[in-house]
Amino acid sequence: MARIFAYIAHKGGVPDDTATQLAATAKQIDSAASPTAILAGWGADLDAACSTLRASYSEIWKIASEALAYPNAELIRQALVSVLPSGSILLVAHEHFGIDLAPGLSIKMNSAFVSDVLAIDGVEGASLKVVRQEFGGQMSTHVHCDISSGAVVTVRPGAFKPTESAAVVGLVVDKSSEVGVLSAGRRYLETVVAESGAVDITKFNILVSVGRGIQKPENVAIAQELADAMGAAVSCSRPVVDAKWMEKSRQVGSSGKTVKPKVYLACGISGAFQHLAGIKGNPFLIAINKNPKAPIFQVADIGIVDDILEFLPELTNRVREMKTAVAK
Amino acid sequence: MEILVCARRVPDTSENEIELNSAGNDIERDELVYSINEPDNYAVEEALQIVARVGGNVTVVTVGGEDDEEILRREMAMGVQHGVLISDEAFTRSDGRGLATILKAYVQKGRYDLILTGVQAEDGGAQVGGMVAAMLDYPFASLVNSIEVLDGKKLKVSREIAGGNKEMNEIDLPCVLSIQTGINEPRYVGMRGIRQVASLPIPTFDASELGVDPGSVGESAAKVKRVDYFVPTLGKGAEMLQGSREENVDKVFELVAAKGGL
Repeated sequence: MARIFAYIAHKGGVPDDTATQLAATAKQIDSAASPTAILAGWGADLDAACSTLRASYSEIWKIASEALAYPNAELIRQALVSVLPSGSILLVAHEHFGIDLAPGLSIKMNSAFVSDVLAIDGVEGASLKVVRQEFGGQMSTHVHCDISSGAVVTVRPGAFKPTESAAVVGLVVDKSSEVGVLSAGRRYLETVVAESGAVDITKFNILVSVGRGIQKPENVAIAQELADAMGAAVSCSRPVVDAKWMEKSRQVGSSGKTVKPKVYLACGISGAFQHLAGIKGNPFLIAINKNPKAPIFQVADIGIVDDILEFLPELTNRVREMKTAVAK
Repeated sequence: MEILVCARRVPDTSENEIELNSAGNDIERDELVYSINEPDNYAVEEALQIVARVGGNVTVVTVGGEDDEEILRREMAMGVQHGVLISDEAFTRSDGRGLATILKAYVQKGRYDLILTGVQAEDGGAQVGGMVAAMLDYPFASLVNSIEVLDGKKLKVSREIAGGNKEMNEIDLPCVLSIQTGINEPRYVGMRGIRQVASLPIPTFDASELGVDPGSVGESAAKVKRVDYFVPTLGKGAEMLQGSREENVDKVFELVAAKGGL
């Protein structure tokens, strides 16, 4: 079995949440594996992240370079090519950094590439058997990946639960001297922080969240009326922002806001994992969607197959009736 | 600026419920509505906006068969100057690396300053753009949601990172970018526009014309193979309300009041 590495993203001296998830993924590929963490960066932040990882990895490879103070995937790819043994399996979290780094790395390593893996079905000979999803999560697929010359695998954040394992005191190995001069045709300039927007959707107990099923920008008013009646806010999924029907600050998801309401009304939202990733705190999730096969129904507490454009106004009326009755 | 956009025709998830076929080995493809992969359409619009600002030409290329010409014509109706079809039996069931090998060969036949792909195909792995870049030793940036052309063969691009934040980068041309949805508002294409480009020629290239070794692509060279499709089961599944709309409205009202407070 090939040696398994996990590339660990880190920020401010803290390893990403996916660090322990990638260790769990490695164990599912090879239960006997003792995966090696590999980190690139610079200075005290890098050392702090390596130190923290000693509790969950038995070996940590450190690549320190001032050029890597910001994680530019173009430079880190070069560094990894210098350091990784050929034929290795490298696990990377499937988020913005992994998407940047991994496909090109598989070419440079001359290894197989499989992305956004949700589950491992084991290894048979040189074949790594994994589960992926397509069509926005509407369909899953079994995929066989030939790992005879190694593999780069991106792993969906949250898909693998960290395993309880015996305490380890990992060894940090400095690999910096194996990396030559790094230079790339892409240079990091700055990070522009998202605007907060007029309505802060993270502050509400109830969110009326709309997706593609809202169909037209004019129909957002239907959700707003319900939200107004309930003292809630209207949030949305990505397609609504892409279509410029609502502000980016209203978007729930991995590329938008993370929310922790008590009740989440998913209206005409299919339930792509990037959207679900933004819903935390286990709210009571009510899904209303015309498509009975929408993935949102697999994770919701309550599901209703109906047209939101007809259902929501009736719910608004019901809430208003109650308010009028209370006022009397 | 000479811009190449790599695009694909895929089942349209906004028009179809994707279901398993009766044999359970593929999705049900009868009567599926296909269209251009959504992020690819944003990539084409971005390319058109760039050449409108700085001059140049846009070419859209796809790897596939005769059926795939429809997306090329659609994008030509948007204003793209050239549509190119790459087609060969040997390309059937190529994996991501195979597709990248084919596209790289096409890129090397021309002189492109900028190569765009959509960030991910409906049935893909967000991989081909990064692979083409690595094969050509071009710089690459993924999840791009704005592009500004700078002097001196450079671009300023922003990448969509966590929490809606943007990572700003300067990148040298020629380069490969994968384009995120929402970067622009793709123009509308009517049937009339498509009819106007119906008779324009679409050049087609096969493996030998591109100098692609048939052994390096297609099913036999694929390291990654999709074995089947199945319907996912994520959570425990929702309790589905089966009542009339009025009953369901009452039930949702009660639940929201109880769980969220009204």
